[in-house]
Amino acid sequence: MRSHLALCAALVIVFGALTSSAYAQDPNAARSLAATCFTCHGTDGISVGGVPPSLAGQDKKYLLQQMKDFKAGKRPATIMHQQAKGYSDEQLEQIAGYFAAVKPAATAPASRGGY
Amino acid sequence: MTISRRDFIKWVSATAGAAAVSGCATTSGSAGRVIVIGAGYGGATAAKYVKMWAPDIAVTVVERGAEFISCPISNLVLGGSIQLKDVTHGYDGLKKRGVTLVRDEAVSVDPVKREVRLAGGNVLGYDRLIVSPGIDFMYDAIRNYQQAESSGRVLHAWKAGPQTVALRKQLEAMRDGGVYILAMPLAPYRCPPGPYERVCQVAHYFKTAKPRSKVLLLDANPDVTSKGALFKAAWKGLYGGIIEYRPNSNVVEVDASSMTVKTDFENLKGNVLNVVPPHKAGLIAERAGLITANNRWCGIDWLTAESLAQKNIHVLGDATLSAQAMPKSASMANQHAKVCAAAVIALIKGQPVNPISMLMNACYSFVSDKQVIHVTSVHAYDASQKTMLPVKGAGGVSDKASELEGTYAWGWARNIWADTLV
Repeated sequence: MRSHLALCAALVIVFGALTSSAYAQDPNAARSLAATCFTCHGTDGISVGGVPPSLAGQDKKYLLQQMKDFKAGKRPATIMHQQAKGYSDEQLEQIAGYFAAVKPAATAPASRGGY
Repeated sequence: MTISRRDFIKWVSATAGAAAVSGCATTSGSAGRVIVIGAGYGGATAAKYVKMWAPDIAVTVVERGAEFISCPISNLVLGGSIQLKDVTHGYDGLKKRGVTLVRDEAVSVDPVKREVRLAGGNVLGYDRLIVSPGIDFMYDAIRNYQQAESSGRVLHAWKAGPQTVALRKQLEAMRDGGVYILAMPLAPYRCPPGPYERVCQVAHYFKTAKPRSKVLLLDANPDVTSKGALFKAAWKGLYGGIIEYRPNSNVVEVDASSMTVKTDFENLKGNVLNVVPPHKAGLIAERAGLITANNRWCGIDWLTAESLAQKNIHVLGDATLSAQAMPKSASMANQHAKVCAAAVIALIKGQPVNPISMLMNACYSFVSDKQVIHVTSVHAYDASQKTMLPVKGAGGVSDKASELEGTYAWGWARNIWADTLV
């Protein structure tokens, strides 16, 4: 039993390392993960009209905690609790880091009229 | 060199314009050439994101329509709570991004010379081609369909546009006490919940304006393919006695003169016939040699969206052979496009392609003018099976229809429109 647990732990470490190195190959991995949020929350997390809310420039710890709370069912939601469960905690951290680093004014297009 | 002189001038003037707007002095378009066929949810998003993430790549979109007309939300036109202009948007946002728009139709692709030939005669060269043609219909699946459609009496209205408006007019002209028939093909088809939302919208209109009228949904599928319990609750609760649902009802023939549809079992007369034939990938996909499955769909590598049949050509959206539990939806096309854009940039620049692909689908349906339900799913690349699989434990549907989700549905629409076009 003890060796079995040790093997599991070793596998987790190896798998974790593989996952990390796979991400490390692509400098834009966090952006690609965050891009799955853009459809509803706006390009780079800048929401048109604020529903659902903008994520751009928000505090990383706050964003990560909200997503983890959705994932754990601690924060009530209509849809986010179902979506947050699709991502690992490591992926949620990458997503939070991406949005926290966005400077809203820098990426906003020239005009959003009509939307 | 395969770019025509005229197009080269277009590119130069477009990029000069972009530089003037942004104040950027770098030469745009020198790293490579990307052509996108189709400016719907897939193609427009891909064009925007290639340009946004790699301003040094020249991006040209070939689109035959003058404007973008959204299928999502357009069922509300049939219900009467909005008009087609409310789901119609221009392409100026893409132009401001520095994307060149060519209003024309792609008629053939030479994958060896890497050229796209347009109906207007121009030939465009590419390093990478992105094909996002949406769907075309398999007219032969229903006897007399094309004749009935050209008479204007039988419509599909499954591509938002003139037929959506024409169908609304037919519903307005129908007498109280008439029957509206919607006939849907077997899955896979564009927008799994679309037919069930559509009958809600028509019933919503009948309930207020023509209360003696009926809605008959002939579904070739054995049961409601999406949000089943929620739609059935709406049919019973909001539209009891108006909507009749018949599963396993495959329409094989239409007769516009007698306004009759024929299934394998019976003949049914209606006052408004809305018959949707089975779909396949848009015609250019076939002409470009991209069809790999069932003579209908385009198989792709889910890490790059590159065709399994042709190198340097990528396919997006409804035209793809959908992976397990992956709907043909606007959200999906928009998400395919970002994976594709990142991969196309990496491949042009000789950088590594992201070995992990994630896609998220969110799809809202209006069961009345304000009450809305959703379905959502998250999909991750499985390296051993080389396909996208739904993430277990994630995704789901609404608890119940609500106006709160109506607010979110409009928020979704405004954001995906901007994310695709601006």
